[in-house]
Amino acid sequence: MEKKTTKLQMLLDFLRGGKRWFALAVVAMGAATLFRFLTPQVVGYTVDAVIGGKTVELPEPLANLLSSLGGGTYGGALLLCALGVAVTAVLAGAFNYAARMCNAVGSQAFVKRARDILFNHTQRLPFEWHMKHMTGDTIQRCTSDVQTTRGFVADQLIEVVRTVILIATALFIMFSMNVTMALVVSAFIPIILVYTLFFTRRIAGEFLQCDEAEGELMVAVQENLTGVRVVRAFGRERFERDRFDEKNNTLAAKWIRLGYTLGVYWGVGDVVSTLALLAVITVGAYLSAGGSFTLGEFLIFITYTQQLTWPVRQLGRTLSEMSKAGVSIERLHEIIAAPAETSEPNAKTPPLERDIVFDNVSFTYEERPVLQDLSFTVPRGATLGILGATGSGKSTLTYLLNRLYDLPRGSGSITIGGVDLREIDRAYLRRNVGLVLQEPFLFSKTIFENIDIAARTGDRAKVRDKARAAAVDDDIAAFRNGYDTMVGERGVTLSGGQKQRVAIARTLMTEAPIMVFDDSMSALDMETDAKIREALRQNTSGATVILISHRVSTLMTADKIIVLEGGRVTESGTHRDLLEQNGHYKRVYDIQSAAEVQP
Amino acid sequence: MNIKIWARLLPYLKNLKKPLIIGFITMLVSSAIEGAYPLFTRYAVDKFVTPGTTRGIGAFALAFFALILVNGVAAIAWSRNSMVIEMRLGPALKRDCFVHLQELPLSYYNQNSVGYLISRVMSDTDRIAGLISWGVMQLLGSTFYTIGSFVYMFALNARLALVLLAVLPVAALVTWLLQKKLLVVNRRVRDVNSRISGAYNEGITGAKTSKTLVIEDRNSVEFGELTAGMYRESVRAARLQALLMQLMLIIGSVAVGVVLLRGGYLVADDMLAYGVLAAFITYAISIIDQISEISRILSDSLSAQACVERVAALLDEPRTVTDTPEVEAKYGGVFDPKRENWEPLAGRVTFENVWFKYPDGDDYILEDFSLDVPAGSTVAIVGETGAGKSTIVNLVCRFYEPTSGRVLLDGRDARERSLLWLHSSLGYVLQDPHLFSGTILDNIRYGKLGASDEEVTAAARLVSADGIAERLRDGYLTEVGEGGDMLSTGEKQLISFARAVIANPPLFVLDEATSSIDTETEKLIQDAISHILNGRTSFIIAHRLSTISRADLILVVDDGKIVERGTHSELLAQGGHYSALYTAMRIDEESAGL
Repeated sequence: MEKKTTKLQMLLDFLRGGKRWFALAVVAMGAATLFRFLTPQVVGYTVDAVIGGKTVELPEPLANLLSSLGGGTYGGALLLCALGVAVTAVLAGAFNYAARMCNAVGSQAFVKRARDILFNHTQRLPFEWHMKHMTGDTIQRCTSDVQTTRGFVADQLIEVVRTVILIATALFIMFSMNVTMALVVSAFIPIILVYTLFFTRRIAGEFLQCDEAEGELMVAVQENLTGVRVVRAFGRERFERDRFDEKNNTLAAKWIRLGYTLGVYWGVGDVVSTLALLAVITVGAYLSAGGSFTLGEFLIFITYTQQLTWPVRQLGRTLSEMSKAGVSIERLHEIIAAPAETSEPNAKTPPLERDIVFDNVSFTYEERPVLQDLSFTVPRGATLGILGATGSGKSTLTYLLNRLYDLPRGSGSITIGGVDLREIDRAYLRRNVGLVLQEPFLFSKTIFENIDIAARTGDRAKVRDKARAAAVDDDIAAFRNGYDTMVGERGVTLSGGQKQRVAIARTLMTEAPIMVFDDSMSALDMETDAKIREALRQNTSGATVILISHRVSTLMTADKIIVLEGGRVTESGTHRDLLEQNGHYKRVYDIQSAAEVQP
Repeated sequence: MNIKIWARLLPYLKNLKKPLIIGFITMLVSSAIEGAYPLFTRYAVDKFVTPGTTRGIGAFALAFFALILVNGVAAIAWSRNSMVIEMRLGPALKRDCFVHLQELPLSYYNQNSVGYLISRVMSDTDRIAGLISWGVMQLLGSTFYTIGSFVYMFALNARLALVLLAVLPVAALVTWLLQKKLLVVNRRVRDVNSRISGAYNEGITGAKTSKTLVIEDRNSVEFGELTAGMYRESVRAARLQALLMQLMLIIGSVAVGVVLLRGGYLVADDMLAYGVLAAFITYAISIIDQISEISRILSDSLSAQACVERVAALLDEPRTVTDTPEVEAKYGGVFDPKRENWEPLAGRVTFENVWFKYPDGDDYILEDFSLDVPAGSTVAIVGETGAGKSTIVNLVCRFYEPTSGRVLLDGRDARERSLLWLHSSLGYVLQDPHLFSGTILDNIRYGKLGASDEEVTAAARLVSADGIAERLRDGYLTEVGEGGDMLSTGEKQLISFARAVIANPPLFVLDEATSSIDTETEKLIQDAISHILNGRTSFIIAHRLSTISRADLILVVDDGKIVERGTHSELLAQGGHYSALYTAMRIDEESAGL
């Protein structure tokens, strides 16, 4: 057994491949922020040194560079400054672009990896897991919960990092320029942050109410539309309309109320942010009147203040939204934490053209005994028929034979050629035990691809041959695109009987030495049933065949037939033996004979 | 942009005149104030910073503060008002869609999946309302702000304003082009995304089959190819998005550079004050933001146009099965019945030379079909799954109307009386019993609104559904969950029986369940059916021998056609389809009872 994955390990696993990009994104963000803060500096320098003619101390190499580039003259200096603005801005833009791109690539790599891992894991989860979990819920998790988790990593976490870099850089620059002014600006940061956090927390409840009201309306619409026949048949259009109106109006009222709160939140947020600007202007004016503050610096601080307030407001929102991701991560973790079928390193791959022996097999599913003390042998190359009603345990028997369920130790044994099934490699076993399920699933591919899906021969003649054996060739030929017809939503919808026959052809393609047909002809009429059985005899010569049915005619030619009742074998023998036993088999047979007597 | 499509929304906007005007005014105020903020910078620079004095700064701060407050109030009013617009427009659209859907024919439902219809009613309407309320208002705001800023700038310095004005078309063009491209790419991303959901659906639904075929690895590889495609498209979309954003920033900075260059010369020549230069720099930055905002909303509305189109198509879908004006005048419509004019229904049903094909089908399913069912008799319809057994039921219920010929109720053409009249006399039980969320009581009462609790329990008793309520802690007040999912199929079935009999309808339609249910419930259901049939005209899509053999008339359907009709013994004697079917059923029932 592999070690259990923790939530963090799961996230780190999803992140592999994306991690590097996220790191690059953060670096690029840092660079972009630096250049973004440089642009106002150039403007400030221009105003003070070039236009204002004040001496501004520049580092020597930079000063030398400026003068050698023609900064000596007024016009030259001005042009240089304008270029400086443009260049810093372009660099900021370029790095920002790089940051966004890296983030996007990382984020998409994250989604891809998460989806691939989840898909792969669901494919490998044991049969039993799929029996117990709702398909819709699993799909929901693999799609929208992945998106939420991606948002958490790529948008929210990164956004927080970005804003922190932004604030730290701005504070560093501002404090190194003018401590008093820097204090004024930084005083607003916690105010705005706390205000936003407080408010988003407060309205979270109201948002939830709106979500719930929306959910209710959604359910009302969905139930009305899916139940349209009931609504019409009972003449309840008006009732439905009134119910819809009520929920629709409730939802609107809730949103409008939330809108009132939100309005205050936004309005006050605007006021506070602009007050920061007012404070900077006023204090800046005082300082420059005192001579300790230049016009250029004044302009720089105004720009910085404007550049800071929005990200800080955003940060508050992001922080309060991040908590929501926990639920999604938890839901994904539930899937990942479910143990998958593992490959067994020492598994055997013995030849399977051998006798199959069930020896005292008992099986309990969810505390209900399904099979009890089952013992029988299917000689190599023979055909075994099993007669049993729904719930008699016949399907479980096939699942065990295919290791879709594993027989626990101490509940008897199933062997093929003397080798215990539990020692045989799962994939090898399943490849060599062709099982046609009672309700087969076809994939949304062409019919040709569906039949060839397991064998992968690409051999059209052979596919056609097997389809003919499964008595479905005529049906397929009647489709507009023949074997290239798509199955499912984007193509034809096959009837239950057609699906069964395609599934039979699909299994015949594998030419497996053991073939199991679990009530695979239930949707077919007796004539087709007989035709297929005849073809099977020719197509599976040498193969060991297990036929399960509750139709006597399907089973009567088998070498041996067992009757399964409540998980136990109650009768067994050839068709003739069973008739002589005069038990249940005989009763079913009598009804069937009555049918055959009918002209 | 197609004006004709958008004009469909005009009737809705007429009801929103007041909030729309309020929105317009608040946006105007807010834009004027925000556009004036750089002027304060300018004032501070020219009056305080440059001369080095703080005289009059108190009044300055106070004025600034007052404007900030006014703007705050305007912002509050604006956002509240936008929410009002959104929440009046959206629900109004939703309601019209919903109400219209109540009267669309069932064939429409067969041609459009519930998921599709839900998106039309819920998301498309939301999208439209969101665009009109916030989007268009924002668009107005950004436009006002841009215009206002230029007014201020031209007042300050016309030559410098002209320089900025030249940048505008470049910015507008760049965003417009990229946004349109972005739309296309985003649509592709959504396509791939839905393919991925589909692949998940298939991978998980088919997981059991995949195991038996040992194709898990291949499924994973194919899925990987799909996600790789998604990855490529998404990265491309992100690249465009990022490119657009940075191009705008760069254009903005170039504008700042140009302003600085031109402005610098002007300042040196004493033709421009420092403060004005500072104000221009601020304008240069913020106008670019507004331009990208404007083009974002415009391209948003391009894609929202498809939503308007789809909603309009839904609202324009003709109601093909509906009452004539004369009938509606006498009997009332679906939403306003005139029950006082309704005649009672005895229950005789007659098909008179009925020809029928489904609106989306090519072949006639009924050809010159005639049948007279006296009041109180039972008709069983049998045949294989998918053979077309529901057609007759659909016509009796008037879910569809004959292509030609007539269906008569008590000797009068069904179309002479209203749909609601017929449906009010109908008891209907579906194979897959559709329950609504709510309590058991609510669900049974659905058959007779306003029925007393006693009537509900009596109906439940009649069909042996009372045991369900007794077993549950909250009895009849137990919530059944969405679609009744908290109950078993058998329990749902019994409750849908009770729902159908509570109004004591003279006409009954029943689609028997095929799914096997535990023997105890099975017995209850059999009893319920025999109660229901008692003394009513009934049409039953039958799967059980006991029901079929008891019927007064059996119709055998094969391949969409009625191939045999008669009583049980007549049909058995014929030795055709029915006798074969009968035998198969007996074997099945026999082995199920093993």
